[in-house]
Amino acid sequence: MGALSTPKLIGLDDYVPVVGQAEIDEMRAVAACLEGRTVKMVNSTAMGGGVAEILNRLVPLMTDVGVPTRWDIITGGDDFFAVTKGFHNALHGAAYEPTPQAFEIFRACQQQNLASLRFEEDFVVIHDPQPIGLVEARDQKPAHWVWRCHIDVSRPHPEVWNFLVQYMKRYDAMMISSPSFTRALPIHQYLWYPSIDPLSQKNQELEPEFIRETLERFQINPKRRILTQVSRFDRLKDPLGVIKAYKLVRKYTDCQLVLAGGGAKDDPEGGQVLAEVQEAAGNDPDIHILDLPPWSALEINALQRASTIVLQKSLQEGFGLTVTEALWKKKPVVASAVGGIPLQVIHKLTGMLAHSVEGTAYQIRYLLSHPAIAQRLGEMGHEHVKENFLVTRNLKRYLLLFLALSGAAR
Amino acid sequence: MKQAAKPFQFMAASTLVRICGVEVRTVADLLEHLRTISAASVFNHTFQSLGQHHFLTEGFSNDFAQWVLAACNQPQLAEQLTSLDIRQYESVEALRADLLRVLEEFVASEPARAQQRAFEPFYFCEAVTVTVPAPWRAHNLPEFCQGLEHISRETLHYHFVDARLREPLTVNDFSYWLEDSLGLKELGDRVDLIDIYTNTLDGVRQLILEECRSWTEA
Repeated sequence: MGALSTPKLIGLDDYVPVVGQAEIDEMRAVAACLEGRTVKMVNSTAMGGGVAEILNRLVPLMTDVGVPTRWDIITGGDDFFAVTKGFHNALHGAAYEPTPQAFEIFRACQQQNLASLRFEEDFVVIHDPQPIGLVEARDQKPAHWVWRCHIDVSRPHPEVWNFLVQYMKRYDAMMISSPSFTRALPIHQYLWYPSIDPLSQKNQELEPEFIRETLERFQINPKRRILTQVSRFDRLKDPLGVIKAYKLVRKYTDCQLVLAGGGAKDDPEGGQVLAEVQEAAGNDPDIHILDLPPWSALEINALQRASTIVLQKSLQEGFGLTVTEALWKKKPVVASAVGGIPLQVIHKLTGMLAHSVEGTAYQIRYLLSHPAIAQRLGEMGHEHVKENFLVTRNLKRYLLLFLALSGAAR
Repeated sequence: MKQAAKPFQFMAASTLVRICGVEVRTVADLLEHLRTISAASVFNHTFQSLGQHHFLTEGFSNDFAQWVLAACNQPQLAEQLTSLDIRQYESVEALRADLLRVLEEFVASEPARAQQRAFEPFYFCEAVTVTVPAPWRAHNLPEFCQGLEHISRETLHYHFVDARLREPLTVNDFSYWLEDSLGLKELGDRVDLIDIYTNTLDGVRQLILEECRSWTEA
């Protein structure tokens, strides 16, 4: 038996077939202007969650392009992460009663990490609120500090916001996923779209055979039209509204509905929502409710690729990366005009926006009866993602920001 | 083969978007804030946005028109804003003046509709363009074609569309170089006529290459 092969690390050149040689060459030209500069990225977890997923791919690519990048992770006890979870919810506008002790735990953890981390790089990127206080180290060495905020802070809890603003003000700039997610601050704020990786399991091209087998496994008929929503079983994703819209469509048109999600087993509320969804579906054999485990990236990919239309009928949304994934797969999308979705779905150009159950049903029926228009929307959506929402674009933004901070911007 | 008096240096260009922190919810508010918002913001929502959405060869011209149509449901006003052709302007301020004129006429004639609340707010943002020399420089027409084949869409947009705001005004970098450094005025004029509104950037690239190659063969 031969030795186990090491998985090949994906490098920037692997993206040439996706974005073209010119994009990669120009990125290297931009990076050459940063020769000798180094970067540090800091967040609070190495695995799990979108930020870690992005950094796992971004950090090696940044080093590959010639800007050595170090990724550090802060440590903290359960009490600290309980506080930051509370802060996270409070920044989203949820009810929260901060105590003086909570602020003290937060401060103490920042100091502990400041004592163990060294900041010798030229650019420091801090991700999300958990390590925000590390900016106190910026006096150690002249460097540029930026804060990447991945969450919507447009309606925050005032006390938590005021506490964190004292740190935010010390950064050179902040980056946020949508103009609608932010508030006035005395520092520059850059629009910084999240990104998907076209080479990841969730987005890579799949063999038709695998897609067919996946449908078979879930007893979905590949010969009939498929409407799909991929999202957690969460009320904010409005799965019951999706079923209502599907039922309105079914009065006139044959189709199946797939609601694919996860997390219902770990999250008590998710379990409850799943039960409500199952009850709403009743005994309709054409509604497929799939509670998938976290390692189902390939299956999700296959379900999206097999879909006739992808839905995202959220009541509230962050950026909505499931929409990005569907657009990348050239799927016509019908989605709610909430959160970051309108940045991706330009109504009637890269997809259809809707504001109600009835509106969603109407747009689905329209696209089912106009397949050429649906195909055109899917193709335009793919181009929109290619231009704006791929990991390579994210890498380029970082390089440009570092150049801009260095004073090289026009 | 004719050598250029000055070589053409392709510049790798790319843009960051900075949030201005100004949002509006009615056409009337759009008008008021458009009077004072930075030139970099007007540029972002017109010149830059056209490049960012170059693949939409029908129905998209600038962010203002798109918002007025999709969020305010005012198709007539959207049509008027769409019809402003950025190639006709020597400066962002001249473009701003025409945007203001169209909006002022609408607000004066349709005061109630101008106060209607939009589905989604409009957020003003501004462009921060970063340029560095690309690894391509052309001394003659074949080298120019080679470089053109290799540059990114953003760089093509920078030279072909944004350039019209730089000296010399209202002409793209390619046409200016073809005339000024190679003496090919007619070719430069033909390139300048290629329509950015009805072609994708890749389409524009192909059309420029076709013009240049047919000229070389002739």
